[in-house]
Amino acid sequence: MSILIDRELCIGCGRCAEVCPGNLIQMDGKALMKYPKDCWGCTSCVKECPVNAVKFFLGADIGGRGSLVYTKQRGDILTWVMECPDGSIKEIDINRKESNQY
Amino acid sequence: MELQKLHTDVLIIGGGTAGCYAALTIAEHAPDARVLICEKANIRRSGCLAAGVNALNAYITEGRTPQDYVDHARQDAAEIVRGDLLLTMSEQLNAMTAHLERLGLVILKDEKGNYVTRGKWNLKINGENIKPLLADAVNRLEHVTVMDHVNMTDLSVSGDQICGAFGCSVEKEIFYSIRAKAVIICTGGAAGLYQPNHPGFSRHKMWYPPFNTGAGYAMGIRAGAEMTTLEMRFIALRCKDTIAPTGTLAQGVGAKQVNALGEVYEDKYGLTTSQRVHGTVMEDLSGRGPCYLKTEGITPQQDSSLMKAYLNMAPAQTIKWLESGKMPSQQNVEIEGTEPYIVGGHTASGYWVDTNRETTIHGLFAAGDVAGGCPQKYVTGALAEGKIAALSALNYMRSHPAPEISDAEISEQMASAEKFLHQKQARFDCEQLEEAMQTVMDHYAGGIGANYRYNEKQLAIAEERISQLETLSDTLSAANMHELMRIYELRERLTVCKSLIGHLRARKETRWHCFAEHLDYPERDDANYLCYINSKLENGRIKIIRRRLVREEEHYEHPDRP
Repeated sequence: MSILIDRELCIGCGRCAEVCPGNLIQMDGKALMKYPKDCWGCTSCVKECPVNAVKFFLGADIGGRGSLVYTKQRGDILTWVMECPDGSIKEIDINRKESNQY
Repeated sequence: MELQKLHTDVLIIGGGTAGCYAALTIAEHAPDARVLICEKANIRRSGCLAAGVNALNAYITEGRTPQDYVDHARQDAAEIVRGDLLLTMSEQLNAMTAHLERLGLVILKDEKGNYVTRGKWNLKINGENIKPLLADAVNRLEHVTVMDHVNMTDLSVSGDQICGAFGCSVEKEIFYSIRAKAVIICTGGAAGLYQPNHPGFSRHKMWYPPFNTGAGYAMGIRAGAEMTTLEMRFIALRCKDTIAPTGTLAQGVGAKQVNALGEVYEDKYGLTTSQRVHGTVMEDLSGRGPCYLKTEGITPQQDSSLMKAYLNMAPAQTIKWLESGKMPSQQNVEIEGTEPYIVGGHTASGYWVDTNRETTIHGLFAAGDVAGGCPQKYVTGALAEGKIAALSALNYMRSHPAPEISDAEISEQMASAEKFLHQKQARFDCEQLEEAMQTVMDHYAGGIGANYRYNEKQLAIAEERISQLETLSDTLSAANMHELMRIYELRERLTVCKSLIGHLRARKETRWHCFAEHLDYPERDDANYLCYINSKLENGRIKIIRRRLVREEEHYEHPDRP
């Protein structure tokens, strides 16, 4: 489990590097995931990225099958987007003003 | 390295839950006091709440009292708790909850506007943004300065009085010497001591943040502070692979623990935290594994709510369900115990403090996961301790001017950091030594591979091997400041391991299955061990101190204090 950074999409704003709790992302003009095996999977960087360049995935050793996940934000709605290996897309909307039911 | 000398009224080491709340408390009660928070990452997403949290687990629900919470925590820990700390914390839990709501945290309410409770002590929330909310509140404070990406590594102590602390930037070649009238330590607990569930690519997919390396414990141990109950390790029962929480399933949809035959086994072993883990280990060893939470048969509506709840705290679990195409209603969720952690927010491990949260070092206060004696703090309890420690620190600083830190001490501390930047790469690198430490702890000090059990002989081997690794860690070399941070983290963990092994050896009984399961002494022994096991590092050796239990009627003060 770790993140992939799409260097084509990255605009070099540095927000992901700033918030990573492990200081794992470094800037060389653009963001670079320097220590992929040290990622905790908190997805802080994913939620900070303004251009959806940071994507989260599960490692094969914990059952991952290759999907990439990122978030989009519109007002109070946080949309989690999953790009599956077969090209299909799944989305789940979370209203930040609504509590968990469980 | 460049040297920067700073001074402040109150230094807060660690800007997690407790640290942020300590700063908010000081700003409210002494608006002119200068506060400096040093944080290894960025307070917006640092500490164990980086990903969010999906419930408040410590709230006094209607019809219950703070004393009930004390009784509950005492029972769960089989008596080894501090009544005074639990009660003073419990009395603040609901005020902390109300403050979180004022800061913007969403808490579920019924149509009458009352909080909706989950179980006896829990509230349902949307806690994905809990850390940004706290950070925003802190960043609005006028006299509070936050220094992100600064890793504090050592305390400065003169006699038994705190003078400040030392640390390094994790990015630039800067060494900090920070003088303070009072210091509040809230660095969190220790993960990464033991081999994790998945030692390969996903080695950091663990319950507790892998970046909480026990820095606060290690700083205190090295400075001669007294520690308590490190032997009460914490092992979480989690969803297999994703290490996502199980409480959401157990309490949210009433899922029971079942074995591979579909039999409910949780009532066979008991329902305390350690008993739930123990039962799962025993079912596995009896050939009835793997174990599950029985979710089959819940409704599609519940599936959908669960997917959202996990995205707000542990997104990996939702992704796992989506990728497998099998929802919890269609397939039970497999569970497993994690590797052991030292974490005073869940068990009673940490600094030995008085009722005001002052450690045995005068002017050093502890709050949150680093503070001992007070288990089951969770989020609201960490906030409460941040508040209590902050008020005590303010009181202390009014009558104690900041002592000087001598130039000789600064030079010595800085030289020990620079050594790693200058010396040539030795035979082993940091990662190899970290893996070696985790393997030793796994095999000889009761890790997952040993079903959390150990005996005297094994602990003696663990002690010897950890000591060898400490010596080897002196030879490490850092090419940059990130690598220097990693060397310090390894050395912190080794220091904690050494003390932990001393504690495991000292409690010659089995009071908590899995948390401290001593095969040479498999029974609970109230005649000899209804007491705290405390320790101090003296001349490089762990000295064990036994102390009597403290009840909630008592205001505890350190006995040896002038």
